[in-house]
Amino acid sequence: MIAKQTNQKAWFMVLPVFLVVAFSAVIPLMTVVNYSFQDTFGNNQFFWVGIDWFKDLMHSERFHDAFLRQLLFSGIILMIEVPLGIFIALAMPKKGWGVPVCLISMALPLLIPWNVVGTIWQIFGRVDIGLLGHSLASLGFDYNYTQEPIAAWITIIVMDVWHWTSLVVLLAYAGLCSIPDAYYQAAKIDGASRLSVFRYIQLPKMQRVLLIAILLRFMDSFMIYTEPFVITGGGPGNSTTFMSIDLVKMAIGQFDLGPAAAMSLVYFLVILLLSWVFYTVMSNIGEESSNGGA
Amino acid sequence: MANITLKEIAHSYTGYSDNPDDYALKKLNLTWRDGGAYALLGPSGCGKTTLLNIISGLLTPTSGQVLFNDEDVTHLPTEKRNIAQIFQFPVIYDTMTVFQNLAFPLKNRGRTKTEIEPRVIQLANMLGLEKDLYTKAQHLTADAKQKISLGRGLIRQSVNAILFDEPLTVIDPQLKWELRSQLKYLHKQFGFTMIYVTHDQTEALTFADEVIVMYEGEIVQVGTPEALFERPAHTFVGYFIGSPGMNIAPCELHGNRAVIEGHEITLDCSYREQPASAKVEVGIRPEYLSLAGPGQAGLPVKIVKVDDIGRHKIARVALNSREFHVVMPELASMTGDQASLIFDTAHTNIYVNDHLIAGEQP
Repeated sequence: MIAKQTNQKAWFMVLPVFLVVAFSAVIPLMTVVNYSFQDTFGNNQFFWVGIDWFKDLMHSERFHDAFLRQLLFSGIILMIEVPLGIFIALAMPKKGWGVPVCLISMALPLLIPWNVVGTIWQIFGRVDIGLLGHSLASLGFDYNYTQEPIAAWITIIVMDVWHWTSLVVLLAYAGLCSIPDAYYQAAKIDGASRLSVFRYIQLPKMQRVLLIAILLRFMDSFMIYTEPFVITGGGPGNSTTFMSIDLVKMAIGQFDLGPAAAMSLVYFLVILLLSWVFYTVMSNIGEESSNGGA
Repeated sequence: MANITLKEIAHSYTGYSDNPDDYALKKLNLTWRDGGAYALLGPSGCGKTTLLNIISGLLTPTSGQVLFNDEDVTHLPTEKRNIAQIFQFPVIYDTMTVFQNLAFPLKNRGRTKTEIEPRVIQLANMLGLEKDLYTKAQHLTADAKQKISLGRGLIRQSVNAILFDEPLTVIDPQLKWELRSQLKYLHKQFGFTMIYVTHDQTEALTFADEVIVMYEGEIVQVGTPEALFERPAHTFVGYFIGSPGMNIAPCELHGNRAVIEGHEITLDCSYREQPASAKVEVGIRPEYLSLAGPGQAGLPVKIVKVDDIGRHKIARVALNSREFHVVMPELASMTGDQASLIFDTAHTNIYVNDHLIAGEQP
């Protein structure tokens, strides 16, 4: 009897959490879900369309293109930033005055707001007044990110590497610093090469922080919006129209609430699914073949 | 296989300095015979690990030379010295199996698979790791991980020396005893030079033929376990070795008579007069003190407490305000709290400024 009363009271204790989660996540998400099954012609009039928007989306070339562009972008970003970040972290000093200098200069790009970063690179790359664009043009390179899709991609990728590699560096560095000296000493005693030290000590010990780094960089790059919007606005043509840019065009530019809602949900589920895949694969890397013999 | 000589070795973690207090290891000379079993004993922070790391080359000493036989290896990197070292906490390669962990030091030195395999299996059997040979090392218990660390230290058969840096700290007592006897057995069988760092006197005394006692960066005594017990060269060795440690009491010395707290005892030897500023102390093991009934020959003491620790009893007695520990046979019984304290003068040592001095037989 007494136990039952205690249980009833406990519900009140979790009520605030329920409310916060409801207002911050469940209700907004359900609004989007609601839109995705309906069509509207203004006047706040809605018509039930079932899963038509989802069907359309699956067959939409525009969506496929944006999705592939997005995958390619995230892939390139991870391929560059993760190895580069690890490399820089390995090269950073472990003690002395170099440590704060490196840490602060690494942290600086992370502190700059997204649209400021976009603006910096937008101006930096301009052929008429930008240091980078003008220099390249003077050297005879055909670089113009407003005209050339390749130039636009390179600009956005270099910008993202400049902006976010630091995050991987800082995480990898934290992982490296947590390795006790005894491991390096034992490796010397065992006669391990520099490569073996990396392969058998540093990389396994960094596994957890690298998982976080990869997840964060994947999610962020997959959702990138502000910087390409400021630099190229999705152009030239549609060449840098990533999913979030496309989504905003659809929802706010064309006011197609239904298709945009359907796309939002698919977008969200794709991120969730891919993050889960990364997490599962990386958590299991160390476990493979662990039951080989025994 | 080599004799290892430390010549004028000193080390300071802050670089060269004229102030001897900056040195974690003060100038010392020492030779480790090939095939010897040594223990480095001392409290935490006395420079044991520093000394070990200098031998293995993980540290370059601030001054002095390290010689293997006659070759100067002071600046030779660790991997070229052919030294094995085992650390206090288990170091294992997480992603490797137990087999790969054990084989790693051999593989790095270019041994072939046919050489490695029998050796690994033999060692795994000896350490009781044979069941887990193909399991990932990270899934094992702390005990097993430390066994792997030990195994990686023992796998090479031609090392100059094997250095143990308190390797059994994380191991539980029963297994600790087993592993220590196994190390002892390996030493007998293969004749490796072994240097064993510990702050546990039982470990040091059971493992080693010769014990080096360190205190505040200096070597205070090198000797067999018996010598350390019978004739501690420094009051610290007296305190540190034995349980309870040696009784040390200030005294006045007049030839062959020592005056302790106003009571006189006659010693076997006579000693030269010491300057007035010197700190003169008498030291005697609790095992060499005995108690008799009150009023008999001996120093009149008050019994403060008697602890029965199984094989014998330890009495704490007070001579005025100074306390002594006395080891008594288990069946001894005292009535009342007054007794006479009797010194076994053959085992009574005199220390001047903490160092043992020799007397002259009359």
